[in-house]
Amino acid sequence: MLANPYVISLMTIVLLFTFLGQSWNLMLGIGGQLSIGHALFVGLGAYSVGVLYVKYGISPWVGLLTGMILAGSVGASIAWLSFRFQVRGIYFALLTIAAAEFARIMFSGWEFVGAMQGLFFPAPTGGIEISMLRGDTRFYYFVALALAALGIIGTEFISRSYLGYVWRAMRDDESAARALGVRTFQHKILVISISAATAAAGGGVLALVQGSIFPDSIMGMGLSVDVLIGPVVGGLGTTFGPLVGSLAAIPLNHLMSALGDSLRIPGLNNITYGVVLISVVWFLPDGIWPAIVRLCKAIQAPPTAWLWQSRKVEE
Amino acid sequence: MLSLWLNVLASGILLGLVYGLVALGLTIIFGVMRVVNFAHGEMVVFGVYIGYWTVRLWSVPIIVAAAIAAVVMFVFGYLLETLIVKRFVNRPHHYQFIVFIGLSLLFSGTLLVAFGPDPRPTASQLSFQTVSLGLVTLDLARVQAAATAGLLIVLLGAYLKFSSFGRSLRAAADNRLGGLIVGLNIPRVYAVTFGIGAACAGVAGALISPLFDAQPYLAVDFTLLAFVTVIVGGLGSFGGALLGGLMIGVAEAIAALMFTPSMKTALPYALLIIILVFRPRGFFGAKEI
Repeated sequence: MLANPYVISLMTIVLLFTFLGQSWNLMLGIGGQLSIGHALFVGLGAYSVGVLYVKYGISPWVGLLTGMILAGSVGASIAWLSFRFQVRGIYFALLTIAAAEFARIMFSGWEFVGAMQGLFFPAPTGGIEISMLRGDTRFYYFVALALAALGIIGTEFISRSYLGYVWRAMRDDESAARALGVRTFQHKILVISISAATAAAGGGVLALVQGSIFPDSIMGMGLSVDVLIGPVVGGLGTTFGPLVGSLAAIPLNHLMSALGDSLRIPGLNNITYGVVLISVVWFLPDGIWPAIVRLCKAIQAPPTAWLWQSRKVEE
Repeated sequence: MLSLWLNVLASGILLGLVYGLVALGLTIIFGVMRVVNFAHGEMVVFGVYIGYWTVRLWSVPIIVAAAIAAVVMFVFGYLLETLIVKRFVNRPHHYQFIVFIGLSLLFSGTLLVAFGPDPRPTASQLSFQTVSLGLVTLDLARVQAAATAGLLIVLLGAYLKFSSFGRSLRAAADNRLGGLIVGLNIPRVYAVTFGIGAACAGVAGALISPLFDAQPYLAVDFTLLAFVTVIVGGLGSFGGALLGGLMIGVAEAIAALMFTPSMKTALPYALLIIILVFRPRGFFGAKEI
């Protein structure tokens, strides 16, 4: 069953969205900045890889690096512009969505990057080329697994580092952090550009896995929502939340859209997704992962449980 | 050439008034409850469908359809607030955002299940009639939609300004705790506010049903449009919503004339980014409503 190509490609998507969720989680769960336009950074990464590879035959490794630098700088400039002019909270969130929508419309009108017709990667030849990041579904599964592991380790590393403490202090009370000498302006720009750069890396790999790039699916509002569902369902600000959330939500979504297709009910997956989102926020506002942690504690958790201590967002 | 420009300008202003009504619904909800209704576009689309079905089943005039939409959507908004939204009013913004994303997925899914993905044009005789004022020729459906929307905005403004309920609504917006202390029934005020907001969206939807085909996928565009409009004018400001609506309507119309269609949809966002950067709280930079 595990060698089934469908399961492998589904798990690849789950792991990629785990990584993207980690990047979003870093921004809101640890940095305290709500982004509802993460598709912008994902799309920039995807287009960097796509344009360099499809148009010029340059290795996706270069594309990934370019995308990360590009998205990081775009993220930094959005953050700089908005915090410079005291745009924060819900206004910042609306600015991210506006930037993403603006970029989506620009890319869908830009002939050079394929406009609405999109960009297509050449069909895989079957051989695995590490230098060109090309291979079969199983190869991409391991790429996604490596990325997700990197994301989890990176999140854990960052949240235990000096930056993690500074960012959480800034998230919980910005004025207090400033009073203690934290340069919150620079730190907010830093956390947003790191989050943007990692989202671009995930987006680049996502484009390779899908084999095509369309502005509406890679930069649309739907992708921004998909990115945040994992961490929200799993547990905001926790290390394992995005993984647990993606594992729960993405297979459910695929199942429901398959069911909806076979029953000829086109809106079924939307309804299920909506109900799941509302009920998670209603019944498990911390997400699934902290609930599991509480359950483990209640039934005498193993001594390694300290590793999993969750850091949830204070209200 | 002049007449072309005047026509474009006039139709932009007319559509802008309807956008203003949509944005007003969003801004009232935000101003009073500090909640951003990310399912606002779905409520507009509900209105469009109400317009479509009432006209089709009973062949009533659009005005009657709009009145039906107002009642239905008010009740819908009131119930939605008391059943679901109420529990999330005091939670952080990202929780509210997720609840409303959930609601909007639920609503658009329901629309898809109920009516399918195909666009449904509303047949109104008004679409084929025009009215000429010198150089400007306008279709009657648009004129009627704009006039009704404008009238409703004025009436709603007067109601909120002079009626006793309007006073308690503004008091609740100003200071929730103070309102509770002097004995305002805050839960009821919130529920009615949400109902009014939903009714604004529904009426606007019914009014534009002769202009836009009823289709579930329309919702995202309307949600984003309402955000842009509201932020351009100033979130939580009454006059701002109207000004924002007119600006977006005119900007869209001019962009459609001067640039490619894709630029037309991009222009409001460009406008929004510029305004957020230079006037973060919009033109009517009200801190509170």
